Amino acid sequence: MRKLALSDEILLSVEKPARYIGGEINSVMKDDKSKYDIAIRFAMCFPDVYEIGMSHLGIQILYDMFNKRQDVWCERVYSPWVDLDKIMRRDHIPLFALESQEPIRDFDFIGITLQYEMCYTNVLQILDLAQIPMRSADRQDQGPIVIGGGPCAYNPEPLAPFFDLFYIGEGETVYDALFDLYIDCKKRKTTRKEFLHKAAGIPGIYVPGLYEVSYNEDGTIRSFLPTEPDIPVTIEKQVVMDMTSAPYPEKPVVPYIQVTQDRVVLEIQRGCIRGCRFCQAGMIYRPLRERSLECLKEHAAQMLQATGQEEISLSSLSSSDYSDLKGLVTYLIDEFGSQNVNISLPSLRIDAFSLDVMSRVQDVRKSSLTFAPEAGSQRMRDVINKGLTEEVILDGAREAFHGGWNKVKLYFMLGLPLETEEDRRDIAHLADKIAREYYAIPKEERNGKCQITVSTSFFVPKPFTPFQWASMHPMEDYLGFAKTVNHEVKDMLNHKSIRYNWHQADVTLLEGVLARGDRKIAEVISDAYKNGALYDAWTEFWNYDRWLDAFKHTGIDMDFYTLRERGEDEIFPWDFIHVGVSKRFLLNEWHRAKEAAVTPNCRQKCSGCGAACYKGGVCIESKN
Amino acid sequence: MKFIGHLDVMRYFQKLIRRSGIDAAYTEGIHPHMIMSFASPLGIGLTSDAEYMDIELNSSIPSMDAIRLLNEAGTDEMKVTGFVRIPDGKANKAMTLVAAADYELRFREGYAPDMDWEGGLADFFNRKEIPVLKKTKHAEKEVNIRPMIYDWSVSSGVLFLKLAAGSEENLKPALVMDAYLQQRGFQPKPFSYLINRCEIYADTGSGNEKKFVSLYDLGTEIL
Repeated sequence: MRKLALSDEILLSVEKPARYIGGEINSVMKDDKSKYDIAIRFAMCFPDVYEIGMSHLGIQILYDMFNKRQDVWCERVYSPWVDLDKIMRRDHIPLFALESQEPIRDFDFIGITLQYEMCYTNVLQILDLAQIPMRSADRQDQGPIVIGGGPCAYNPEPLAPFFDLFYIGEGETVYDALFDLYIDCKKRKTTRKEFLHKAAGIPGIYVPGLYEVSYNEDGTIRSFLPTEPDIPVTIEKQVVMDMTSAPYPEKPVVPYIQVTQDRVVLEIQRGCIRGCRFCQAGMIYRPLRERSLECLKEHAAQMLQATGQEEISLSSLSSSDYSDLKGLVTYLIDEFGSQNVNISLPSLRIDAFSLDVMSRVQDVRKSSLTFAPEAGSQRMRDVINKGLTEEVILDGAREAFHGGWNKVKLYFMLGLPLETEEDRRDIAHLADKIAREYYAIPKEERNGKCQITVSTSFFVPKPFTPFQWASMHPMEDYLGFAKTVNHEVKDMLNHKSIRYNWHQADVTLLEGVLARGDRKIAEVISDAYKNGALYDAWTEFWNYDRWLDAFKHTGIDMDFYTLRERGEDEIFPWDFIHVGVSKRFLLNEWHRAKEAAVTPNCRQKCSGCGAACYKGGVCIESKN
Repeated sequence: MKFIGHLDVMRYFQKLIRRSGIDAAYTEGIHPHMIMSFASPLGIGLTSDAEYMDIELNSSIPSMDAIRLLNEAGTDEMKVTGFVRIPDGKANKAMTLVAAADYELRFREGYAPDMDWEGGLADFFNRKEIPVLKKTKHAEKEVNIRPMIYDWSVSSGVLFLKLAAGSEENLKPALVMDAYLQQRGFQPKPFSYLINRCEIYADTGSGNEKKFVSLYDLGTEIL
C-alpha cells in the first residue's frame, strides 16, 4: 500500500477523495532509490480541480517527457477543492504531489500551467497551501523554483511577482537545457539568484525579477528593460518545428474518477491558418504544423492500448484544415470502430464529408451539430476575419437536416469591437434562417421540430491579436447587448424552435483586466485572494464584489485596462515577447478590421505575418 | 482503493479488460457497452478480499491466462484472484444470487470504546430481537436485524459477522456495531470502524434451510 498524505478521516469526509490519492494507471512512481537517482523533483500543477486538470493535454505531454529522463521525477498537483482547502488550512497540512504524496515545498520546481485568466487566484492558493512564500522576492535561497507556462504566460506581467521564471511558448523545446543548468548549479551550490540569472540566457525563459518597468504619467508603459546588460531585451517564443518527431505521451495517466475529458486525445496539428482577429491561439501558435498521418495512426493505437479508454478525440484549432483528414478519420473508424471505441470529432467544418463521417460515429437523432459563426452579420464576420459566409452556413445546415439531424448549436460572441446594434440583431436573424431551412423540408420527411440553441459569450480582447488595441464596454452595455439578441429572437417567426443562452458580464470585465494587465495588477490579484477569491472560473464561487474591493484597496482603476482604445504607439506589457507574428502585422489587421476587409488564410495567400521566421509548417508547404 | 466509488471501480474494470486484451462482449448499437455487472457494490471506505463481477466473453480464455493478463494490466492495489465460468442464463447473474456476506470489523486506532466491548457481544447476539431504526429514502422505520445476522464470532479485537446481503435483505456491518454500542450506552463516532468484506455467498438451500456457497464455488475453472 502506498502511503497517503491525508488521513482516512479527512479522505472520507471530503467530496471525491480519489482526487487526492494518486496511484492511477500509468502514473509514474520513482520512489525506489535503488533504481532511480533523482536530481530534480518537479511538481507539475494545473491550478484547478483534478477533473479539469487531468483533462489537459499539455501536462500529459510534459509529464511523459520529463519522466523519460532518468534523473527527473515529475509528479502532478491540482487545486484542492474548497472542502479540502479549508481542512488543509485548519490543520496546517502542506500541499502534496499525488504520486509520492510528499509536500511540494521540498521539490526543486513547481511548474504551473496558466490556461485561463480566471485561475490566477488558484495559483496563489497553490503557493499558499504549499507553504512557500507567495512572492519570488521573499523566497530567497530556499524552496522550489516556481515556473509558469501555457497561453496566459504570453502576458505574464499580472503574475510577475509570484513567479521566478516563465517559460514562453511550447514546452517541448528547452526544458532539458533548463534542467541541465539547474543540476549543474545545484552541484556547484550556486545561489538561487545566480541560477535565475543564468536561466535568463536560455531562449524562451523569462525571469521577471530581472526586468524593470517604468510608466508614463498616464499609466502607460514608458520603458520595459532588463536590469543587467547580459539579459535579453526580447524573449523568443519557443516553437516545435518537427511535430512528427516531437514527444507524445505513449501511456497517458488513466484517472479513477470520471474527468471532463475522459478519453484519449490525439493532437493532430498545432497552429491555425485562419487568422480570426479575436483568436489568441490562432496567432501565438503560428505557423500551422501538422503531424504525419503515419505518426498519428501509431499514437492512436498505442494510447488506446495503454489506457483501455473507450473514446478517442481529435484535438486541434481547426481539424478540417488537416491535409489528410479523410485518411485519418477513415483509419480511426475502420481500425477502432470495430473495437468498440467511440470517435469524437470536434471542430469540424460542416460539409458533406464531415456529415457523412459523423453519421457513422454518432446517433444522428440524438446528437447535435455545432456551428461557430461567431458573429451574426456578414459585415461583422468580415471584421473578425471569420471566413465563413451565410451561404456556407445555410448549405451546411440544410445538408445536416436532410441527413436526419434536427438539433443545431450556434456559438456567437457579443461585444466585439466595431459591433453595431444591427449586427447583434442579425444573430437572431441567422438562427431564424437556419430554422427556415429545416421547415422547408416536407413535413413527412422531418423528424418533429428542430431545436436551435444560440449561445453568446462576451468578447475579451487578448494580447497578440489584432484586437489587442480594442476597448471593452461598460458592464451595463454587455447585458444590454444580450437583451437585444433575446428580444430579437422572440420576434422571429420560428422563435419557438430557438433557445438563447448568454453568459454573465462581470466576469468578462475582470478577465479583460487580467488578460491585458501589467505588473500593477498583481497587487489586485493578491488582495482579492486575501479577501477570499478562489475558483473564480466557477460560477458558484465567483464573487465580483471581492474583486471590486481589491481594486478599491489598491487604488487601481479598472477602466484604465478595459474602457480605453489603446494608442497605436503604446508599449504593451507583453511587447517584450517575440511570437513570430509581428506587431506591425497585427496593427495592419486592426486597420483592416476597421474596413471590414477579409485577409486570406495561410493556404490561400501568405500575408507576411512574420511566422515564416520559423522556416517551417504551412509557411513552406507550397514551396516543397 | 477503498476511496474509489463503485461506479468508478466498474469503469476501472472496463478499461482494465480492454487493456488486457480479453475478448469481452459488447451491447449492440452506436455506443456499445461492455456486458458486465457487479455482485454487490462496495461502499467507499471499505476494503474487500472478495468482490465479484460477471462479464460476457466472445471467446473463452483459460482462467490462469486471464488472471495473469488482468493483473499485469492492473493496479497492484486491486488484484484479480479468480476467473471461472458460470452457467449460462440470466438467473445466474452474480447480482441476483447474492444472499450473504462475511465481514471483519475492528476499531480504528484510537476509536475503540472505553470498555470491554468483546465481553458483552454474546448477550447482545443471544437476543431474539435487535430492533434498529433504518433510514430509507422517505422515512425511518424500525427493523429487527437479528434474523439477518447468520453468524458471528470475536477474537483479539476483530468481530466476524456473516450477514444477509443482496437485493432482498441487506444488512451493513456498521449498523450492527452501532446498535451494539448504543445498547451499551455509547454513541458511535464517525470513522470508528475498519471494515473488510471477506466473502460473498449465494444461497443454494431449499425452503427455510439455508446453504451458503461462495460465488467463486458456483463456477468452474476454465482450462
